Amino acid sequence: MFVPCDRGGGSAAPDFKGFTLLMPAVSVGNVGQLAIDLVISTLDMTKVGYFYTDCLVPMVGNNPYATAEENSTELSINAEVYSLPSKKLVVLQIRSPFIKNKYRPFCETLLSWVKSSKCARVVLLSSSHAYQRDDEQLLGTPLRYLLTPDLEKAVGGRIQELNWKEMEKVAAYPGISDTDKVLHIPGGGITKLLFTESCSEGIQMAVLLKFCSEGDNIPDAFVLVNYLNEWLQLIKSEVNPSSLWKIPSSWRLLFGNGLPPALF
Amino acid sequence: MATFFGEVVVAPSRAGLDEEEEAREETPEDREIRREIEKKREIDVLWTWQSGGCAEEPLVCSRFIVAIGRNAAAFLSSFILDSVCWEVVGVVKLWNEWCRTSSTTNVLPTDSFCLFYRLISDPTVLLCQCSCYVAEDQQFQWLEKVFGSMQKKGLQVTILSTCPVADYKTQESTLTLASPFLKALKTKEFQEQVCCPLLEQPNIVRDLPAA
Repeated sequence: MFVPCDRGGGSAAPDFKGFTLLMPAVSVGNVGQLAIDLVISTLDMTKVGYFYTDCLVPMVGNNPYATAEENSTELSINAEVYSLPSKKLVVLQIRSPFIKNKYRPFCETLLSWVKSSKCARVVLLSSSHAYQRDDEQLLGTPLRYLLTPDLEKAVGGRIQELNWKEMEKVAAYPGISDTDKVLHIPGGGITKLLFTESCSEGIQMAVLLKFCSEGDNIPDAFVLVNYLNEWLQLIKSEVNPSSLWKIPSSWRLLFGNGLPPALF
Repeated sequence: MATFFGEVVVAPSRAGLDEEEEAREETPEDREIRREIEKKREIDVLWTWQSGGCAEEPLVCSRFIVAIGRNAAAFLSSFILDSVCWEVVGVVKLWNEWCRTSSTTNVLPTDSFCLFYRLISDPTVLLCQCSCYVAEDQQFQWLEKVFGSMQKKGLQVTILSTCPVADYKTQESTLTLASPFLKALKTKEFQEQVCCPLLEQPNIVRDLPAA
């Protein structure tokens, strides 16, 4: 699945042992993916490889993080891996939706790659439909987290200090009072599947998600990436943290082209 | 979501995963139906030199030109292909909701087809005209089966395709843009001169040309 970039000089495949894998779920508003774009762009991360997979719709374009003419011509595809060894961070960006019936094989292959590359933990950025919130969730912060039991042991204390809110479980059968509570992440794509699989396979995984709706999700991405930063401290955040994230050049024209002057 | 002019547009869920799809466990009947559909959607690549029992040698290919879509296929028919210099060497047989191709090599320009031609004077030059739509779940299979038959060392691949001008993202309006126009994407291994400007971000290519 993972194909390392040919960096020339016979360099060995990158080593992710002990690294934190940061990745998005393709979810409502694409918030996770936008947040990952901000991380890769701001930290100027180097591409170290890609996933050769038949599970995602194919796409290709030129470098979405280009800052100048010289670095704008590197091809970019639907699932790429970037790394920043100084922060022991490896980031997977997913740029297209899943092909029907292929999300399960993708999750299986992904988790087995996580285990074989010996990543210490996985942080999944995701989102959930805001309109599905219950009365209590409508008040207060729209941000939630989840930790697998193995990660809870490792960082539970730190998360408590941050005063974060855990994603609530909902009744399996709404309306019936004494029913089991289950995890429900509507609009979250593969979030729930990855999380439940990680729990049962002993993988240390954290899910950070935001309640949102489709629309201009750039502000949601900023909120989510700042939330992530409270914990992982990827950038210094004493001053206004939002101003420190660098918007990639590919975010231009998200809502269409310029208007024809003849219209007016 | 609301657009520029304030009208509300129903945006399909970008989560890409239906709730029911996620929650429902597959019954044996579902699995059987899914397997049958997968078999029906399988792609067959038939080369003219293949006959039963013959060991398949990988095709030696130096240049492979692929024209995807009716416009690109028509371009090749109008300007490149003729029965004197090119011979048909293969065909792709597939079915999906949008089209069906057959294993016949005698096609009309209005048919959906996917044919391979070889330059008679230089048999390492291969050309593919793919006017049929290859569905999302078939694109990877197409790729593996076609390129799987080829020896890829020193191979140069050129992909020709078209996109509507309305899909092109640019600062100005596409109304005032001089069209048609050419844009290109190239791998870093491609060292030759490209005949047109490179495709700028945030434009992307998808489907079979991207695969």
